[in-house]
Amino acid sequence: MIKFEEVSKTYPGGHLALSKVNFHVAPGEMVFLTGHSGAGKSTLLKLISLMERPSVGRVYINGHDLSRITRRDVAYVRRDIGMIFQNHQLLMDKTVFDNVALPLVIEGYSRKQIYARVHAALDRVGLLHKQNNPPATLSGGEQQRVGIARAVVNRPPIILADEPTGNLDPALSLEIIRLFEAFNKAGASVFIATHDLGLIARMHYRTLTLKGGQMINDGLTETPGVQA
Amino acid sequence: MSLLFKSRQSGAQQHQIGLLQKLLMFFTSHFRQCIASFGEIIRTPLASVMTIAVLGLSITLPGTLYVLVKNLNNISADTQQAAEISVFLKQQASDADIQQLIKRIRTWPEIESLTFVSADDALEEFRRLSGFGDAVDYLDSNPLPNVLLVYPSDKFGTPATAKTLLDKLIQEREVESGKLDIEWLERLHAILAIANELVTMIALLLFIAVILIVGNTIRLNIFNKRSEILVMKLVGATDSFIQRPFLYTGFWYGFLGGIMAWITIAILLWWMSSNIEDILALYNQDFDLAGMSFSTLMSMLGISIFMGLAGSAISVSRYVSQIEPR
Repeated sequence: MIKFEEVSKTYPGGHLALSKVNFHVAPGEMVFLTGHSGAGKSTLLKLISLMERPSVGRVYINGHDLSRITRRDVAYVRRDIGMIFQNHQLLMDKTVFDNVALPLVIEGYSRKQIYARVHAALDRVGLLHKQNNPPATLSGGEQQRVGIARAVVNRPPIILADEPTGNLDPALSLEIIRLFEAFNKAGASVFIATHDLGLIARMHYRTLTLKGGQMINDGLTETPGVQA
Repeated sequence: MSLLFKSRQSGAQQHQIGLLQKLLMFFTSHFRQCIASFGEIIRTPLASVMTIAVLGLSITLPGTLYVLVKNLNNISADTQQAAEISVFLKQQASDADIQQLIKRIRTWPEIESLTFVSADDALEEFRRLSGFGDAVDYLDSNPLPNVLLVYPSDKFGTPATAKTLLDKLIQEREVESGKLDIEWLERLHAILAIANELVTMIALLLFIAVILIVGNTIRLNIFNKRSEILVMKLVGATDSFIQRPFLYTGFWYGFLGGIMAWITIAILLWWMSSNIEDILALYNQDFDLAGMSFSTLMSMLGISIFMGLAGSAISVSRYVSQIEPR
Protein backbone atom coordinates (compact mmCIF):
# COMPACT_ATOMS: atom_id res chain seq x y z
CA MET A 1 0.00 0.00 0.00
CA ILE A 2 2.76 2.41 1.00
CA LYS A 3 6.26 1.66 -0.20
CA PHE A 4 9.51 3.62 0.24
CA GLU A 5 12.52 2.80 -1.94
CA GLU A 6 15.90 4.23 -0.92
CA VAL A 7 14.24 7.51 0.05
CA SER A 8 16.43 10.41 1.22
CA LYS A 9 15.30 13.91 1.98
CA THR A 10 17.65 16.85 2.31
CA TYR A 11 16.10 20.19 3.17
CA PRO A 12 17.40 23.40 1.63
CA GLY A 13 20.31 24.40 3.84
CA GLY A 14 21.70 20.89 3.95
CA HIS A 15 19.82 19.26 6.83
CA LEU A 16 19.50 15.55 6.07
CA ALA A 17 16.09 14.54 7.44
CA LEU A 18 15.79 11.04 5.97
CA SER A 19 18.54 8.80 4.67
CA LYS A 20 17.96 5.77 2.42
CA VAL A 21 14.69 4.69 4.00
CA ASN A 22 13.10 1.46 2.79
CA PHE A 23 9.88 -0.09 3.99
CA HIS A 24 6.58 -1.47 2.79
CA VAL A 25 3.21 -1.29 4.51
CA ALA A 26 0.75 -3.88 3.26
CA PRO A 27 -2.91 -3.04 2.46
CA GLY A 28 -5.10 -3.16 5.56
CA GLU A 29 -2.09 -3.04 7.90
CA MET A 30 -1.88 -0.90 11.04
CA VAL A 31 1.62 0.42 11.69
CA PHE A 32 3.28 2.68 14.23
CA LEU A 33 6.19 4.92 13.36
CA THR A 34 8.34 6.01 16.25
CA GLY A 35 11.56 7.80 17.04
CA HIS A 36 12.78 10.85 18.94
CA SER A 37 11.82 14.36 17.96
CA GLY A 38 13.78 15.30 14.86
CA ALA A 39 14.28 11.67 13.83
CA GLY A 40 12.34 12.31 10.61
CA LYS A 41 8.84 11.06 11.47
CA SER A 42 7.07 14.19 10.26
CA THR A 43 9.19 14.34 7.12
CA LEU A 44 8.27 10.74 6.32
CA LEU A 45 4.55 11.50 6.68
CA LYS A 46 4.93 14.64 4.57
CA LEU A 47 6.47 12.59 1.79
CA ILE A 48 3.38 10.37 1.76
CA SER A 49 0.93 13.27 1.77
CA LEU A 50 3.00 15.13 -0.87
CA MET A 51 3.67 18.12 1.36
CA GLU A 52 7.33 17.42 0.56
CA ARG A 53 9.05 15.58 -2.28
CA PRO A 54 11.96 13.18 -1.73
CA SER A 55 15.44 14.37 -2.76
CA VAL A 56 16.40 10.85 -3.79
CA GLY A 57 14.43 7.60 -4.11
CA ARG A 58 10.81 6.81 -4.78
CA VAL A 59 7.58 6.66 -2.80
CA TYR A 60 4.74 4.45 -4.03
CA ILE A 61 1.12 4.38 -2.97
CA ASN A 62 -0.89 1.42 -4.26
CA GLY A 63 1.83 0.88 -6.86
CA HIS A 64 1.68 4.48 -8.17
CA ASP A 65 4.97 6.40 -8.22
CA LEU A 66 4.28 9.67 -6.41
CA SER A 67 7.06 11.45 -8.35
CA ARG A 68 4.77 11.26 -11.37
CA ILE A 69 2.02 13.18 -9.59
CA THR A 70 1.97 16.76 -10.87
CA ARG A 71 1.31 19.75 -8.67
CA ARG A 72 -2.25 19.96 -10.01
CA ASP A 73 -3.00 16.37 -9.03
CA VAL A 74 -1.70 16.59 -5.47
CA ALA A 75 -5.17 17.59 -4.27
CA TYR A 76 -6.67 14.41 -5.71
CA VAL A 77 -4.05 12.24 -4.02
CA ARG A 78 -4.83 13.84 -0.67
CA ARG A 79 -8.46 12.85 -1.05
CA ASP A 80 -7.33 9.24 -0.75
CA ILE A 81 -5.43 9.96 2.46
CA GLY A 82 -7.16 10.84 5.70
CA MET A 83 -4.74 12.99 7.69
CA ILE A 84 -4.82 13.64 11.43
CA PHE A 85 -2.59 16.23 13.09
CA GLN A 86 -1.34 16.83 16.59
CA ASN A 87 -2.72 20.39 16.50
CA HIS A 88 -5.97 19.17 14.94
CA GLN A 89 -5.97 21.75 12.07
CA LEU A 90 -9.64 22.54 12.59
CA LEU A 91 -11.35 25.70 11.36
CA MET A 92 -12.20 27.49 14.58
CA ASP A 93 -14.86 29.80 13.10
CA LYS A 94 -16.91 26.92 11.68
CA THR A 95 -19.06 24.38 13.51
CA VAL A 96 -17.98 20.81 14.14
CA PHE A 97 -20.39 19.70 11.41
CA ASP A 98 -18.89 22.10 8.85
CA ASN A 99 -15.36 21.00 9.73
CA VAL A 100 -16.16 17.35 9.18
CA ALA A 101 -18.16 18.12 6.03
CA LEU A 102 -15.27 20.03 4.39
CA PRO A 103 -13.72 17.10 2.46
CA LEU A 104 -17.15 16.11 1.13
CA VAL A 105 -17.99 19.66 0.07
CA ILE A 106 -14.67 19.83 -1.76
CA GLU A 107 -15.40 16.57 -3.57
CA GLY A 108 -18.85 17.80 -4.58
CA TYR A 109 -21.09 15.40 -2.69
CA SER A 110 -24.79 16.20 -2.62
CA ARG A 111 -26.31 17.78 0.46
CA LYS A 112 -28.11 14.57 1.40
CA GLN A 113 -24.95 12.48 1.20
CA ILE A 114 -23.02 15.06 3.20
CA TYR A 115 -25.57 14.91 6.01
CA ALA A 116 -25.62 11.13 6.07
CA ARG A 117 -21.83 10.71 6.04
CA VAL A 118 -21.01 13.48 8.50
CA HIS A 119 -23.57 12.13 10.95
CA ALA A 120 -22.15 8.63 10.58
CA ALA A 121 -18.58 9.86 11.12
CA LEU A 122 -19.49 11.99 14.14
CA ASP A 123 -21.51 9.13 15.60
CA ARG A 124 -18.48 6.91 15.19
CA VAL A 125 -16.31 9.22 17.30
CA GLY A 126 -19.14 9.89 19.76
CA LEU A 127 -19.59 13.60 19.06
CA LEU A 128 -22.91 13.69 17.24
CA HIS A 129 -24.46 15.71 20.06
CA LYS A 130 -21.85 18.47 19.60
CA GLN A 131 -22.15 18.86 15.85
CA ASN A 132 -23.31 22.48 16.03
CA ASN A 133 -20.67 23.66 18.49
CA PRO A 134 -17.57 25.50 17.39
CA PRO A 135 -14.41 23.41 17.98
CA ALA A 136 -13.06 25.98 20.46
CA THR A 137 -15.72 24.94 22.99
CA LEU A 138 -14.53 21.31 22.88
CA SER A 139 -11.83 19.67 24.99
CA GLY A 140 -8.51 18.63 23.45
CA GLY A 141 -9.57 15.00 23.17
CA GLU A 142 -12.86 15.97 21.59
CA GLN A 143 -11.13 18.24 19.09
CA GLN A 144 -8.83 15.37 18.15
CA ARG A 145 -11.90 13.19 17.57
CA VAL A 146 -13.39 15.86 15.30
CA GLY A 147 -10.13 15.79 13.34
CA ILE A 148 -10.41 12.01 13.09
CA ALA A 149 -14.04 12.21 11.94
CA ARG A 150 -12.95 14.65 9.21
CA ALA A 151 -10.12 12.33 8.14
CA VAL A 152 -12.37 9.31 7.75
CA VAL A 153 -15.58 10.95 6.53
CA ASN A 154 -14.87 10.17 2.87
CA ARG A 155 -13.66 6.65 3.76
CA PRO A 156 -10.07 6.94 2.52
CA PRO A 157 -8.04 3.74 2.03
CA ILE A 158 -5.11 5.29 3.92
CA ILE A 159 -5.18 7.05 7.29
CA LEU A 160 -2.07 9.02 8.39
CA ALA A 161 -1.82 10.34 11.93
CA ASP A 162 0.97 12.61 13.18
CA GLU A 163 1.20 12.44 16.99
CA PRO A 164 -2.57 12.02 17.37
CA THR A 165 -2.23 11.48 21.12
CA GLY A 166 0.41 14.16 21.65
CA ASN A 167 -1.47 16.28 24.15
CA LEU A 168 -3.75 13.64 25.66
CA ASP A 169 -3.58 11.64 28.89
CA PRO A 170 -3.08 7.85 28.65
CA ALA A 171 -6.77 6.97 29.01
CA LEU A 172 -7.82 9.35 26.23
CA SER A 173 -4.88 8.20 24.10
CA LEU A 174 -6.00 4.63 24.33
CA GLU A 175 -9.52 5.67 23.35
CA ILE A 176 -8.16 7.38 20.24
CA ILE A 177 -6.05 4.36 19.31
CA ARG A 178 -9.09 2.11 19.72
CA LEU A 179 -10.84 4.31 17.13
CA PHE A 180 -7.97 3.78 14.72
CA GLU A 181 -8.20 0.05 15.34
CA ALA A 182 -11.87 0.16 14.38
CA PHE A 183 -11.11 1.96 11.10
CA ASN A 184 -8.31 -0.52 10.45
CA LYS A 185 -10.74 -3.41 10.92
CA ALA A 186 -13.02 -1.70 8.39
CA GLY A 187 -10.23 -2.06 5.83
CA ALA A 188 -8.13 1.11 5.94
CA SER A 189 -4.33 1.08 6.16
CA VAL A 190 -3.42 3.07 9.26
CA PHE A 191 -0.04 4.73 9.74
CA ILE A 192 0.51 6.42 13.11
CA ALA A 193 3.58 8.46 14.01
CA THR A 194 4.08 8.82 17.75
CA HIS A 195 6.84 9.08 20.33
CA ASP A 196 4.55 7.63 23.00
CA LEU A 197 6.53 4.40 23.49
CA GLY A 198 4.39 3.26 26.41
CA LEU A 199 1.32 3.31 24.23
CA ILE A 200 3.06 1.33 21.50
CA ALA A 201 4.30 -1.26 23.96
CA ARG A 202 0.75 -2.00 25.05
CA MET A 203 -0.59 -2.31 21.50
CA HIS A 204 1.55 -5.05 19.92
CA TYR A 205 1.43 -3.65 16.40
CA ARG A 206 4.22 -3.53 13.87
CA THR A 207 6.48 -0.60 14.74
CA LEU A 208 8.91 1.22 12.48
CA THR A 209 11.68 3.08 14.28
CA LEU A 210 13.56 6.07 12.92
CA LYS A 211 16.76 7.41 14.37
CA GLY A 212 18.65 10.37 12.93
CA GLY A 213 16.85 9.97 9.61
CA GLN A 214 17.64 6.28 9.26
CA MET A 215 15.22 3.42 9.68
CA ILE A 216 16.87 1.29 12.36
CA ASN A 217 13.95 -1.10 12.71
CA ASP A 218 11.18 -1.78 10.21
CA GLY A 219 9.29 -4.04 12.64
CA LEU A 220 9.63 -7.11 10.47
CA THR A 221 13.20 -8.39 10.27
CA GLU A 222 15.20 -7.40 13.30
CA THR A 223 12.80 -7.85 16.21
CA PRO A 224 10.10 -10.24 15.10
CA GLY A 225 9.35 -11.03 18.73
CA VAL A 226 7.51 -7.71 19.13
CA GLN A 227 4.82 -8.88 16.75
CA ALA A 228 1.68 -10.14 18.38
CA MET B 1 -11.95 10.98 -8.99
CA SER B 2 -9.28 8.87 -7.41
CA LEU B 3 -5.88 8.85 -9.03
CA LEU B 4 -4.36 6.12 -6.93
CA PHE B 5 -7.26 3.76 -6.35
CA LYS B 6 -9.08 2.98 -9.55
CA SER B 7 -11.93 1.11 -7.91
CA ARG B 8 -12.55 3.84 -5.36
CA GLN B 9 -15.51 6.09 -6.02
CA SER B 10 -15.86 9.64 -4.92
CA GLY B 11 -18.52 12.33 -4.74
CA ALA B 12 -19.65 12.77 -8.28
CA GLN B 13 -19.33 9.11 -9.20
CA GLN B 14 -21.46 7.90 -6.33
CA HIS B 15 -24.69 6.20 -7.38
CA GLN B 16 -23.64 6.49 -11.04
CA ILE B 17 -24.91 10.00 -11.43
CA GLY B 18 -25.71 11.15 -14.95
CA LEU B 19 -24.02 13.97 -16.83
CA LEU B 20 -26.98 16.28 -16.28
CA GLN B 21 -26.88 15.82 -12.54
CA LYS B 22 -23.10 16.24 -12.48
CA LEU B 23 -23.55 19.51 -14.31
CA LEU B 24 -26.29 20.47 -11.89
CA MET B 25 -24.00 19.71 -8.96
CA PHE B 26 -21.24 21.80 -10.54
CA PHE B 27 -23.58 24.78 -10.70
CA THR B 28 -24.93 24.08 -7.23
CA SER B 29 -21.39 24.19 -5.90
CA HIS B 30 -20.73 27.46 -7.75
CA PHE B 31 -24.00 28.90 -6.50
CA ARG B 32 -23.16 27.93 -2.92
CA GLN B 33 -19.76 29.63 -3.13
CA CYS B 34 -21.27 32.67 -4.83
CA ILE B 35 -23.84 33.12 -2.07
CA ALA B 36 -21.25 32.38 0.60
CA SER B 37 -19.01 35.14 -0.79
CA PHE B 38 -21.94 37.55 -0.68
CA GLY B 39 -22.58 36.55 2.93
CA GLU B 40 -18.92 37.22 3.69
CA ILE B 41 -19.27 40.76 2.33
CA ILE B 42 -22.38 41.34 4.44
CA ARG B 43 -20.60 40.06 7.56
CA THR B 44 -17.71 42.51 7.18
CA PRO B 45 -19.69 45.60 6.21
CA LEU B 46 -17.11 48.30 6.92
CA ALA B 47 -14.24 46.78 4.95
CA SER B 48 -16.55 45.78 2.11
CA VAL B 49 -18.25 49.17 1.86
CA MET B 50 -14.87 50.88 1.60
CA THR B 51 -13.80 48.71 -1.32
CA ILE B 52 -17.18 48.99 -3.00
CA ALA B 53 -17.13 52.78 -2.55
CA VAL B 54 -13.72 52.99 -4.22
CA LEU B 55 -15.11 51.08 -7.18
CA GLY B 56 -18.36 53.03 -7.28
CA LEU B 57 -16.81 56.48 -7.03
CA SER B 58 -14.08 55.64 -9.53
CA ILE B 59 -16.77 54.86 -12.07
CA THR B 60 -18.91 57.83 -11.05
CA LEU B 61 -16.36 60.44 -12.09
CA PRO B 62 -15.81 59.31 -15.69
CA GLY B 63 -19.49 58.29 -15.86
CA THR B 64 -20.72 61.77 -14.99
CA LEU B 65 -18.24 63.43 -17.33
CA TYR B 66 -19.36 61.06 -20.05
CA VAL B 67 -23.00 62.06 -19.58
CA LEU B 68 -22.14 65.76 -19.74
CA VAL B 69 -19.98 65.42 -22.83
CA LYS B 70 -22.63 63.31 -24.50
CA ASN B 71 -25.26 65.96 -23.79
CA LEU B 72 -23.09 68.69 -25.28
CA ASN B 73 -22.60 66.48 -28.30
CA ASN B 74 -26.37 66.20 -28.60
CA ILE B 75 -26.76 69.98 -28.62
CA SER B 76 -24.23 70.42 -31.36
CA ALA B 77 -25.76 67.63 -33.39
CA ASP B 78 -29.23 69.19 -33.15
CA THR B 79 -28.00 72.58 -34.26
CA GLN B 80 -25.68 71.44 -37.00
CA GLN B 81 -28.23 71.68 -39.82
CA ALA B 82 -30.33 74.64 -38.77
CA ALA B 83 -27.53 77.12 -39.24
CA GLU B 84 -28.63 80.59 -38.35
CA ILE B 85 -26.92 83.69 -39.73
CA SER B 86 -26.85 86.81 -37.62
CA VAL B 87 -26.55 89.90 -39.81
CA PHE B 88 -25.52 93.01 -37.87
CA LEU B 89 -26.76 96.23 -39.48
CA LYS B 90 -24.91 99.53 -39.55
CA GLN B 91 -25.86 101.96 -36.76
CA GLN B 92 -26.57 104.73 -39.29
CA ALA B 93 -29.02 102.63 -41.33
CA SER B 94 -32.47 104.15 -40.90
CA ASP B 95 -35.63 102.16 -40.35
CA ALA B 96 -36.66 102.79 -43.94
CA ASP B 97 -33.32 101.46 -45.18
CA ILE B 98 -33.80 98.39 -43.11
CA GLN B 99 -37.33 97.75 -44.39
CA GLN B 100 -35.93 98.13 -47.94
CA LEU B 101 -33.22 95.61 -47.20
CA ILE B 102 -35.62 93.09 -45.74
CA LYS B 103 -37.94 93.39 -48.72
CA ARG B 104 -35.00 92.93 -51.08
CA ILE B 105 -33.35 89.87 -49.61
CA ARG B 106 -36.57 88.07 -48.67
CA THR B 107 -36.94 87.18 -52.36
CA TRP B 108 -33.59 85.35 -52.42
CA PRO B 109 -34.02 81.64 -53.00
CA GLU B 110 -31.33 80.81 -50.42
CA ILE B 111 -33.39 82.25 -47.59
CA GLU B 112 -36.13 80.33 -45.87
CA SER B 113 -37.19 83.10 -43.50
CA LEU B 114 -35.80 86.04 -41.59
CA THR B 115 -36.52 87.80 -38.37
CA PHE B 116 -35.74 91.39 -37.50
CA VAL B 117 -34.54 91.99 -33.97
CA SER B 118 -34.31 95.67 -33.21
CA ALA B 119 -31.54 96.96 -30.98
CA ASP B 120 -34.09 97.74 -28.26
CA ASP B 121 -35.61 94.27 -28.36
CA ALA B 122 -32.16 92.72 -28.24
CA LEU B 123 -31.25 94.76 -25.17
CA GLU B 124 -34.50 93.77 -23.49
CA GLU B 125 -33.86 90.10 -24.21
CA PHE B 126 -30.32 90.37 -22.92
CA ARG B 127 -31.57 92.04 -19.75
CA ARG B 128 -34.05 89.21 -19.22
CA LEU B 129 -31.86 86.19 -19.91
CA SER B 130 -28.29 87.04 -19.12
CA GLY B 131 -28.69 87.87 -15.45
CA PHE B 132 -26.78 91.14 -16.03
CA GLY B 133 -29.97 93.21 -15.98
CA ASP B 134 -28.69 95.70 -13.42
CA ALA B 135 -25.47 96.29 -15.32
CA VAL B 136 -27.41 97.16 -18.45
CA ASP B 137 -29.11 100.03 -16.60
CA TYR B 138 -25.77 101.78 -16.18
CA LEU B 139 -25.29 102.13 -19.93
CA ASP B 140 -25.90 105.58 -21.43
CA SER B 141 -26.97 104.30 -24.81
CA ASN B 142 -27.82 100.94 -26.30
CA PRO B 143 -24.58 99.40 -27.55
CA LEU B 144 -26.36 96.69 -29.48
CA PRO B 145 -26.90 96.93 -33.25
CA ASN B 146 -30.06 96.05 -35.11
CA VAL B 147 -29.90 92.45 -36.14
CA LEU B 148 -31.44 90.38 -38.89
CA LEU B 149 -31.65 86.69 -38.13
CA VAL B 150 -31.51 84.86 -41.44
CA TYR B 151 -32.47 81.22 -41.68
CA PRO B 152 -31.18 79.56 -44.84
CA SER B 153 -33.49 77.16 -46.67
CA ASP B 154 -32.71 73.45 -46.25
CA LYS B 155 -30.74 73.31 -49.46
CA PHE B 156 -28.40 76.06 -48.29
CA GLY B 157 -28.25 74.96 -44.67
CA THR B 158 -24.91 73.19 -44.69
CA PRO B 159 -21.95 75.04 -43.22
CA ALA B 160 -20.33 75.62 -46.62
CA THR B 161 -23.37 77.01 -48.43
CA ALA B 162 -24.38 79.05 -45.41
CA LYS B 163 -20.93 80.58 -45.53
CA THR B 164 -21.47 81.60 -49.17
CA LEU B 165 -24.79 83.14 -48.23
CA LEU B 166 -23.11 85.05 -45.42
CA ASP B 167 -20.54 86.48 -47.83
CA LYS B 168 -23.33 87.58 -50.15
CA LEU B 169 -25.22 89.26 -47.31
CA ILE B 170 -22.18 91.22 -46.21
CA GLN B 171 -22.02 92.79 -49.69
CA GLU B 172 -25.28 94.62 -48.93
CA ARG B 173 -24.97 98.34 -48.25
CA GLU B 174 -26.77 98.38 -44.89
CA VAL B 175 -24.86 95.45 -43.44
CA GLU B 176 -21.98 96.06 -41.06
CA SER B 177 -20.96 92.45 -40.50
CA GLY B 178 -22.37 88.96 -40.26
CA LYS B 179 -21.85 85.95 -38.20
CA LEU B 180 -22.57 82.33 -38.86
CA ASP B 181 -23.90 80.67 -35.71
CA ILE B 182 -22.14 77.56 -36.85
CA GLU B 183 -18.78 78.92 -35.85
CA TRP B 184 -19.26 78.49 -32.14
CA LEU B 185 -20.46 74.99 -32.87
CA GLU B 186 -17.28 74.21 -34.73
CA ARG B 187 -15.28 75.44 -31.79
CA LEU B 188 -17.47 73.49 -29.43
CA HIS B 189 -16.84 70.41 -31.50
CA ALA B 190 -13.11 70.83 -31.19
CA ILE B 191 -13.39 71.34 -27.44
CA LEU B 192 -15.68 68.35 -27.13
CA ALA B 193 -13.20 66.16 -28.95
CA ILE B 194 -10.57 67.10 -26.39
CA ALA B 195 -13.05 66.62 -23.55
CA ASN B 196 -13.92 63.17 -24.88
CA GLU B 197 -10.29 62.15 -24.90
CA LEU B 198 -9.80 63.58 -21.44
CA VAL B 199 -12.73 61.55 -20.11
CA THR B 200 -11.30 58.41 -21.68
CA MET B 201 -7.87 59.02 -20.19
CA ILE B 202 -9.22 59.79 -16.72
CA ALA B 203 -11.39 56.68 -16.92
CA LEU B 204 -8.48 54.48 -17.97
CA LEU B 205 -6.21 55.73 -15.18
CA LEU B 206 -8.95 55.33 -12.58
CA PHE B 207 -9.78 51.85 -13.83
CA ILE B 208 -6.19 50.73 -13.52
CA ALA B 209 -6.10 52.15 -9.99
CA VAL B 210 -9.32 50.35 -9.11
CA ILE B 211 -8.05 47.01 -10.38
CA LEU B 212 -4.95 47.42 -8.23
CA ILE B 213 -7.01 48.40 -5.18
CA VAL B 214 -9.34 45.43 -5.56
CA GLY B 215 -6.32 43.19 -6.11
CA ASN B 216 -4.78 44.42 -2.89
CA THR B 217 -8.02 43.95 -0.94
CA ILE B 218 -8.35 40.40 -2.17
CA ARG B 219 -4.69 39.78 -1.36
CA LEU B 220 -5.39 40.78 2.24
CA ASN B 221 -8.48 38.55 2.27
CA ILE B 222 -6.35 35.65 1.10
CA PHE B 223 -3.75 36.24 3.83
CA ASN B 224 -6.48 36.56 6.46
CA LYS B 225 -7.75 33.14 5.44
CA ARG B 226 -4.32 31.58 5.30
CA SER B 227 -5.03 28.94 7.93
CA GLU B 228 -8.34 28.04 6.32
CA ILE B 229 -6.66 27.69 2.93
CA LEU B 230 -3.99 25.44 4.46
CA VAL B 231 -6.60 23.16 5.99
CA MET B 232 -8.54 23.01 2.74
CA LYS B 233 -5.40 22.04 0.85
CA LEU B 234 -4.66 19.33 3.43
CA VAL B 235 -8.03 17.70 2.87
CA GLY B 236 -7.69 17.75 -0.90
CA ALA B 237 -9.05 21.03 -2.23
CA THR B 238 -7.76 22.04 -5.66
CA ASP B 239 -6.39 25.55 -6.21
CA SER B 240 -9.36 26.45 -8.37
CA PHE B 241 -11.81 25.37 -5.65
CA ILE B 242 -10.01 27.63 -3.17
CA GLN B 243 -9.79 30.49 -5.67
CA ARG B 244 -13.46 30.54 -6.55
CA PRO B 245 -14.83 32.27 -3.42
CA PHE B 246 -12.29 35.07 -3.85
CA LEU B 247 -13.25 35.51 -7.49
CA TYR B 248 -16.88 35.68 -6.47
CA THR B 249 -15.96 38.28 -3.86
CA GLY B 250 -14.35 40.32 -6.65
CA PHE B 251 -17.49 39.86 -8.73
CA TRP B 252 -19.69 41.13 -5.91
CA TYR B 253 -17.40 44.11 -5.28
CA GLY B 254 -17.75 45.02 -8.95
CA PHE B 255 -21.49 44.43 -9.06
CA LEU B 256 -22.24 46.45 -5.93
CA GLY B 257 -19.75 49.16 -6.98
CA GLY B 258 -21.53 49.45 -10.33
CA ILE B 259 -24.94 49.78 -8.65
CA MET B 260 -23.47 52.42 -6.38
CA ALA B 261 -22.13 54.33 -9.39
CA TRP B 262 -25.61 54.31 -10.96
CA ILE B 263 -27.12 55.83 -7.86
CA THR B 264 -24.37 58.42 -7.42
CA ILE B 265 -24.53 59.53 -11.04
CA ALA B 266 -28.31 59.79 -10.88
CA ILE B 267 -28.05 62.01 -7.79
CA LEU B 268 -25.31 64.17 -9.32
CA LEU B 269 -27.25 64.69 -12.55
CA TRP B 270 -30.43 65.53 -10.67
CA TRP B 271 -28.50 68.01 -8.60
CA MET B 272 -26.83 69.66 -11.58
CA SER B 273 -29.73 69.47 -14.03
CA SER B 274 -31.48 72.73 -13.09
CA ASN B 275 -28.24 74.70 -13.40
CA ILE B 276 -27.35 73.09 -16.69
CA GLU B 277 -30.78 73.77 -18.13
CA ASP B 278 -30.53 77.45 -17.12
CA ILE B 279 -27.25 77.81 -18.98
CA LEU B 280 -28.54 76.02 -22.04
CA ALA B 281 -31.66 78.17 -22.15
CA LEU B 282 -29.30 81.07 -22.92
CA TYR B 283 -28.48 79.33 -26.17
CA ASN B 284 -32.17 79.15 -26.97
CA GLN B 285 -32.11 75.43 -26.79
CA ASP B 286 -35.09 73.40 -25.84
CA PHE B 287 -33.16 70.98 -23.82
CA ASP B 288 -33.69 68.05 -21.51
CA LEU B 289 -30.64 66.65 -19.81
CA ALA B 290 -30.40 63.16 -21.18
CA GLY B 291 -29.56 60.56 -18.56
CA MET B 292 -27.97 57.25 -19.41
CA SER B 293 -29.38 54.77 -21.86
CA PHE B 294 -29.99 51.19 -20.85
CA SER B 295 -26.98 49.98 -22.81
CA THR B 296 -24.73 52.58 -21.15
CA LEU B 297 -25.95 51.54 -17.72
CA MET B 298 -25.32 47.90 -18.54
CA SER B 299 -21.84 48.50 -19.93
CA MET B 300 -21.02 50.55 -16.83
CA LEU B 301 -22.06 47.64 -14.65
CA GLY B 302 -20.13 45.33 -16.95
CA ILE B 303 -16.96 47.40 -16.65
CA SER B 304 -17.35 47.48 -12.89
CA ILE B 305 -17.77 43.72 -12.64
CA PHE B 306 -14.85 43.21 -14.98
CA MET B 307 -12.61 45.39 -12.79
CA GLY B 308 -13.67 43.50 -9.64
CA LEU B 309 -12.96 40.17 -11.30
CA ALA B 310 -9.68 41.30 -12.86
CA GLY B 311 -8.31 42.66 -9.59
CA SER B 312 -9.33 39.51 -7.80
CA ALA B 313 -7.92 37.24 -10.50
CA ILE B 314 -4.52 38.95 -10.33
CA SER B 315 -4.20 38.34 -6.59
CA VAL B 316 -5.76 34.90 -6.59
CA SER B 317 -3.49 33.55 -9.31
CA ARG B 318 -0.42 34.82 -7.48
CA TYR B 319 -1.12 34.11 -3.85
CA VAL B 320 -3.38 31.05 -3.51
CA SER B 321 -0.81 28.75 -5.05
CA GLN B 322 1.90 30.22 -2.79
CA ILE B 323 0.13 29.06 0.38
CA GLU B 324 1.17 25.45 0.76
CA PRO B 325 1.08 23.25 3.86
CA ARG B 326 4.57 22.59 5.21
